Amino acid sequence: MQVELRILRYDPERDRRPHEESYRVEAGPMDRVLDLLHRVKYEQDGTLTFRRSCGHGICGSDAMLINGRNRLACKIRVDQLGGKRITVAPLPGLPVMKDLVVDMEAFFAKFRSVQPFLVNEGVAPVRERRQSAHDRERFDDTTKCILCAACTSSCPSFWAQPAYVGPAAIVNAHRFIFDTRDDAAEERLEILADKDGVWRCRTIFNCTDACPRGIHITQAILEVSRAIVERHA
Amino acid sequence: MIRDHDALVVGAGGAGLWAALELAKAGVDSAVLTKLYPTRSHTGAAQGGVCAALGNQEEDHWEWHMFDTVKGGDYLVDQDAAEVLAREAIETVIELEHMGLPFNRTDDGRIDQRRFGGHTRNYGEGPVKRACYAADRTGHMILQTLYQQCLKHGVKFYDEYHVVDLVTEGGELGDGGRAAGVVAYRIADGELVVLRSKAVLLATGGFGRMFRVTSNAWSLTGDGVALAYRHGVPMQDMEFYQFHPTGIVGIGILLSEAARGEGGTLLNDLGERFMKDYAPNLMELAPRDMVSRAIYQEIRAGRGIGGKDYVYLDVRHLGRKVIEEKLPDITEFARVYQGVEPLTEPVPIQPTAHYAMGGIPTDLLTRVTRDTAHTVVPGLYAAGEAASVSVHGANRLGTNSLVDLLVFGRRAGRQMAADVRGVRMPAVDDAVMEPVRAELEAIRGRQGGERAAAIRRDLADVMMDDVGVYRDETCLRRAQKAVGGLRERYRTVAVHDTGTTFNTDLLEARELGYLLDCAEAMVASALARTESRGAHSREDYPERDDTKFLAHTLATRRDGVISLAYKPVTITKFQPKPRTY
Repeated sequence: MQVELRILRYDPERDRRPHEESYRVEAGPMDRVLDLLHRVKYEQDGTLTFRRSCGHGICGSDAMLINGRNRLACKIRVDQLGGKRITVAPLPGLPVMKDLVVDMEAFFAKFRSVQPFLVNEGVAPVRERRQSAHDRERFDDTTKCILCAACTSSCPSFWAQPAYVGPAAIVNAHRFIFDTRDDAAEERLEILADKDGVWRCRTIFNCTDACPRGIHITQAILEVSRAIVERHA
Repeated sequence: MIRDHDALVVGAGGAGLWAALELAKAGVDSAVLTKLYPTRSHTGAAQGGVCAALGNQEEDHWEWHMFDTVKGGDYLVDQDAAEVLAREAIETVIELEHMGLPFNRTDDGRIDQRRFGGHTRNYGEGPVKRACYAADRTGHMILQTLYQQCLKHGVKFYDEYHVVDLVTEGGELGDGGRAAGVVAYRIADGELVVLRSKAVLLATGGFGRMFRVTSNAWSLTGDGVALAYRHGVPMQDMEFYQFHPTGIVGIGILLSEAARGEGGTLLNDLGERFMKDYAPNLMELAPRDMVSRAIYQEIRAGRGIGGKDYVYLDVRHLGRKVIEEKLPDITEFARVYQGVEPLTEPVPIQPTAHYAMGGIPTDLLTRVTRDTAHTVVPGLYAAGEAASVSVHGANRLGTNSLVDLLVFGRRAGRQMAADVRGVRMPAVDDAVMEPVRAELEAIRGRQGGERAAAIRRDLADVMMDDVGVYRDETCLRRAQKAVGGLRERYRTVAVHDTGTTFNTDLLEARELGYLLDCAEAMVASALARTESRGAHSREDYPERDDTKFLAHTLATRRDGVISLAYKPVTITKFQPKPRTY
């Protein structure tokens, strides 16, 4: 069938402001939006610009706004979008570099700000540290994050206050705060107790809806908030 | 623009990141360049596990792992390298745990292990639980953990810098010159930067994008392998390319061997577990080359599902708990990309182009070598899929790609840290960027040429149809002619996008050139190897020929002509034997 793809385009070398362009492409129901973008780029207009790499939802390169929701272009099928018209735009709330490519630097800077790495300065044993399956399960969900920014850029609190550290950074802090092998939970909770930390979350659940990995993000944020409160109790 | 770092790492997958971590720990001024963001690297797509003879579940020894690697590689493995791999697998996996990798755990809190293809107890007696894993996203967790530790140790990253040339000093790399840095294209604005360096590691991964059906990311275009080749370094063992048995039909997305490690079966149209006819002992856990050939044989005999070109992977009998806890991601892949529910339906699969056993030849210290005498290229290193050390020989065992990038990524970082001491910074100036600037400008400015996408599509068809699982003289000659024609067409490749901002049109055209180099060397190497060994299966020469071909192929291109040389395999513990499972 024929699908109309309406893409928000912007080339800083040619355009004063973003504008929509429409393309007609052949598509089957099992095709992903990424397949359609490739068809446009390779068969119609080579200037169309977007990021992508793995093509199956694990590298996090191709998050974009598709029919009004943040999704990975490689993971959303034509039949899931209904209708014969699909709109595509860059992730909201982040500076657009060109077409569907946004500037990720500030996003990654926030990720780095929460000490997203295991801190354990004790002497390591000769073999692995022991951890029960139960203790590992405690943070399993937040290890799935692929840093695609679908969550943070779907968050109205982030749109209103760009200084907000955002859901993705909190998810990655959660992954270590609740790891029994880690010693820096206190420092991370201190960072996230800041005015631009977890308290900016208004439990709107956009992040959870947007996550292509199915992470229970709002719940993770609430768990971190609770840990901050309990720390002072 | 010129910048200096004592050591450079090109590529931010597992090998590159571990190397960078070692360099940072050693206090060497170093940096990583990646054409993506580090967490986008394809190490993250690895699923099932990383083998190490920890013996947490049952008796195991590194000597058994070494033997399986050698036999799995059809005796083309360099056995001193396999020994390093199997020994250091244990310490690198433990070190990853110390870095925070969230492995699945046994009941007593140790790293859990499961079965994987070709990994056996006591030199082939039966399957052994050797693969350490984090659900079916082991590669994702390795990539994340190494990136996290790099951040902790202050590693300098050049994200979205596309390396487009190597800088040399004192002649070409094939003629005694040394590596002196790289030329990188900043994707954001098209600026070319010369980064001078005393040591350069190529950790750029493979080149699966030359095939139509592949598990590989779009970014896997053989950049490092081709750039070294253009400066006179050979490509080693290019004819050995692995087709993974279980890819999603048509699009090639991988469904991990862990599905079979947990007990999944392969079924033909008659509902038979056909592997009993090909590998009665290991069945579905035979090495990948054998399973992929078995699937092709079933399809040829008309026993593909409904007579078509695929068979079934069946995990229904494993039950919901195992499937959802140990194989969650691939279950989702089947649902999203095929519309199949693995809990209740068998999953249609077919072999998918997956992994290059060949690549840039190196010694055990990851130093690049350039001839049959193992002459080292000063200042140049390679590790991971881009390299051929060779631990995989003619066929890689499942999980050994991760083991390879951990063990040799770590070795690369340590070796570079030692080697840069006392070496002076190369004195090249920024004129060294002019040749590649001219090449890029020629593409950008060309009117009316052909676009890269059409050439790449034809390349993918030729390589899939004529240089796939089975080969013979006729199809390889046809492929040779076709690739030559494609190279001719590539001379007039053109782009729509002539801008400087994030010009992926231009970079994809550049990448196609690398794929064509790799493809040409692959076809030439495959034509000359008139035997069948591991993943290289010649229907006109079905037997392995140890008298003639117990040797690595080195393909070198000089003045437009490819020449081949052969380098003996290193054999220490295990004499070649017939390979049955």
